[in-house]
Amino acid sequence: MAPQPTPAVRVQAEDFDLGREQALLTRGRRDIGALVSFLGLCRDEDGALEALELEHYPGMAEAEIRRVADEALERWPLQGLTVIHRFGRIRPGEQIVLVLAAARHRADAFAAAAFLMDFLKTRAPFWKKERRADGAPGDWVSATSEDDAAAERWR
Amino acid sequence: MKALYFAWVRERIGLAEEEIAPPREVVTVRELIEWLSARDEGYAAAFANPATIRAALDKTHAAPDAPIGAAREIAFFPPMTGG
Repeated sequence: MAPQPTPAVRVQAEDFDLGREQALLTRGRRDIGALVSFLGLCRDEDGALEALELEHYPGMAEAEIRRVADEALERWPLQGLTVIHRFGRIRPGEQIVLVLAAARHRADAFAAAAFLMDFLKTRAPFWKKERRADGAPGDWVSATSEDDAAAERWR
Repeated sequence: MKALYFAWVRERIGLAEEEIAPPREVVTVRELIEWLSARDEGYAAAFANPATIRAALDKTHAAPDAPIGAAREIAFFPPMTGG
C-alpha cells in the first residue's frame, strides 16, 4: 500500500482560494481520480446578521483537526487532504471552512469529506458568536443535536 | 497549572486565562470544576450546568472523570460550534 499522504491543515484569519488549494493538492499528480471539496460559508437567514466572530483555541484547533484528518486517512485510501478553518470576524457570504479530499475513486473522497466536516463541527475547538446588524448584543451559536447525531453515525 | 476559558465560559468568569493551584484532593476534571465553582458568582455561573461544559487537558479533549494528573494546561469551554 502507498504511504499515507500528509494532510495540509491550516487555521488562519485570512481568506483562502478554493482554486489555488485544489491546484496545490493536484499539482503534478496523475493518480487522483476524484477530488471532493466542501466549502462552508457564513450564512444570514433573516438579514439580521452583521458578522460572526469565530473564537478558537490556538494550538488545540490545529491539533484536533489533525487528529480527525489522521483518522480519515486510516479509514479511507486517500491521495491527499486539505483542511482550512478561519477564525475572527467573518461576514455573511464569506468563507469559513474548506475541506478537500482526493482519492482514486469518488466514494472514498465523498465519505472522507463528509466525515471530516461532521467531526470538525463537534470536536474542533471553535465557537461562533453572532454580531447583529441592529447593534443588539448577539448570542453564542448553540451546538445542535443534529451535529452530534451526524458525528455519531460514523462510530 | 494554567487554566484557559473560551466563549461564554470566558465571558462569565471574566478571564481568558489564569494560573490555578488546586489542592491535592482535587483529582479529576469534574472535581476541578466543583473547586472553581466555589470561588465566586462568575465561576458558579460559568459552571452552573456541567452538561454544557467541555474540557481539554494539554490541548486534548478530556472527560469529566479524567484525572488531571501532571497536565500543565486545562481548558474549559462550551460545546463546539465551528465548521
